[in-house]
Amino acid sequence: MKTSRGLSKELVLEISRQKKEPKWVLDLRLKGLELWDKLEMPSWAPKTTAKPGDKPEEWLDLENIDTYVKPQFEMADSWDKVPDDIRETFEKLGIPQAERDGLAGVGAQYDSETIYHRLKAEAEKQGVIYLPIEEALRSKKYAKLMREHFMRLVPPEDHKYAALHAAIWSGGSFIYVPKNTSVEIPLQSYYRLNAPGAGQFEHTLIILDEGANLHFIEGCSAPKYNIANLHAGSVELFVGKNAHLKFSTVESWSKNMFNLNTKRAIVEEGGLMEWVTGSFGSKVSMLYPMTILNGANAREEFTGISFAGKGQVLDTGAKVVLNAPNTSAVINAKSISKDGGNSITRTLIKITEKAEGAKAYSSCKSLIVDKESKADAIPILKVANKDSEAAHEASVGKISEEAVFYLKSRGISDEEARSMIVRGFVSEVSKELPVEYAMEMNELIKLEMEGLA
Amino acid sequence: MEKILELVNFSASADKHEIISDISFSINKGETVALLGPNGAGKSTIAAAISGNPNYKTKGQIIYDGKDISKLSADKRAKLGIFCSMQNPTEIPGISTVETLRIALEAKGQKLALPAVKVLISEACEKLKLSPFFAKRELNVGLSGGEKKYNEMLQLLILKPDFIILDELDSGLDVDASDTISRELANYQKESDATILVITHNFRILDKLKVDKTIILNHGKLAEIGDKKLLQKIQEKGFCNYEN
Repeated sequence: MKTSRGLSKELVLEISRQKKEPKWVLDLRLKGLELWDKLEMPSWAPKTTAKPGDKPEEWLDLENIDTYVKPQFEMADSWDKVPDDIRETFEKLGIPQAERDGLAGVGAQYDSETIYHRLKAEAEKQGVIYLPIEEALRSKKYAKLMREHFMRLVPPEDHKYAALHAAIWSGGSFIYVPKNTSVEIPLQSYYRLNAPGAGQFEHTLIILDEGANLHFIEGCSAPKYNIANLHAGSVELFVGKNAHLKFSTVESWSKNMFNLNTKRAIVEEGGLMEWVTGSFGSKVSMLYPMTILNGANAREEFTGISFAGKGQVLDTGAKVVLNAPNTSAVINAKSISKDGGNSITRTLIKITEKAEGAKAYSSCKSLIVDKESKADAIPILKVANKDSEAAHEASVGKISEEAVFYLKSRGISDEEARSMIVRGFVSEVSKELPVEYAMEMNELIKLEMEGLA
Repeated sequence: MEKILELVNFSASADKHEIISDISFSINKGETVALLGPNGAGKSTIAAAISGNPNYKTKGQIIYDGKDISKLSADKRAKLGIFCSMQNPTEIPGISTVETLRIALEAKGQKLALPAVKVLISEACEKLKLSPFFAKRELNVGLSGGEKKYNEMLQLLILKPDFIILDELDSGLDVDASDTISRELANYQKESDATILVITHNFRILDKLKVDKTIILNHGKLAEIGDKKLLQKIQEKGFCNYEN
């Protein structure tokens, strides 16, 4: 394992040199480096850095983060070639099994680098491209495509952690689905941050050509340490005319993680962007997947759940910009707060002048499990076209004691009854996921409810 | 005859308001007991208090199968074999009846795989003339009053309790449905020797269930205990004899 700490121009140059990047990619890195120092965190952001009296190692200080942790072996296209300890980690996470059972391709990242990447022959024959992103950036064949898309949706100047990401990103996947091609079974990338005190900065770029169809699943996890870890990935999604992308995420971070992630999609005429998100773990999360509906009749559906337990602040939500006629969006965000956890749900619906006949609706529903916990909903509507409709609703509720009693009267324990009610509350999300991921999410909820996560 | 349930100097209150005052009665194993009384007499409070609803504060003893269960939580009482078909079953979104029953069976020590649970459920659905898809729906969500009662009965047939409380079983049920459910209850009682405490104003159900004992409650106090002849008397004359 080769490790580099903090952020410096030398490190940025070294990462770029090792990855044999074209100059324009290095230029983006240097721009990010410059902006990192200049940009401030937004005033509304949850606390991320240590204040007097805090244990400094538990809070974010980039000087203490191992920003680049390179496993000392080459990427493999067969699990047999992956070193035993790392392969076992992924086997425990069920990745090779899921690949055998029903995925069109798998990418696996361990700390800073992709360690396994494979696309099944069937999808390859369809012309689907699924590559580690570094390989796509190096390839002459995709030079134009990459230049037109990479960091175009989430540029370095977007915010402080987008700048950091631009400077030291490493790993991630590139996917291209050709015109009118439907990938029948999902593709999955999994990101495991295993080193204590390390950062992970993967970059995902997906391009769906006209009429293409893909379900992409992203999984993330990390073991628990007593020092802060940082995740600042970036996801850029381009959904072509009449294309359909479903992007599912189950994030299960340990509770020392700062998850400051950026996800954005742009959708052309008649396209559909579907987000399904489960956010678990982390000390602080800031994550608001954004969709820009840029062509007439483009649609967005967001379904998300966040779980904030003891000592956690999960600041999550979704944003959508309706920028063309007859576009439509539905945001359905749910949160659970327990053991003093704080969930904050932010939703933004922005309807521009161009969006005649646009319709958008957002709903934030929060469930507070006990008296110590907190939930906030911050919905924003910005409407600039008179011939459009936008609405939102927000509600904060408690677990119904009547429901708990009903289940207990069937012989179910108090703890299990509460866990069931919470699972029921999130079922709108879990039913959108493939069955094994829905089961994983239910298991995560069960562990959180039992205080074992 | 062996006593299965005995209330001893039992009182129950909700929001500091006493609803049941110092009553004592006992029920024998395998009996069918009608608990009757005018509206507001406290019948449902007794059902809730026996099943362990924490909204009611109780005094005195509830002896079930020789042990005082008055301090046990609802789930522990259910595990001892007590089941209450509720007057207004609660809606729980996002969890199916199948899943609830799988977990409830597991809590009883019957850990079954989902397909095995589904087989049990489809057998019970057949008895109740229900579509096998009925149990796939979210627990009581969007069900009519009558369908909710069917769902209580379905759960009963799967969980196989020893002591059954039927709190206004007939509300929302049409005559045919009420006959089907009464018939299945009577069958279940025959094969299991279960005890039934039935709260209702519907004499047709009481007739089908073949009542052995009648307990009359009025203003939270015990008014009279008798056999099925007492039932007949109430049917003819109502509760006016107990007003003073």
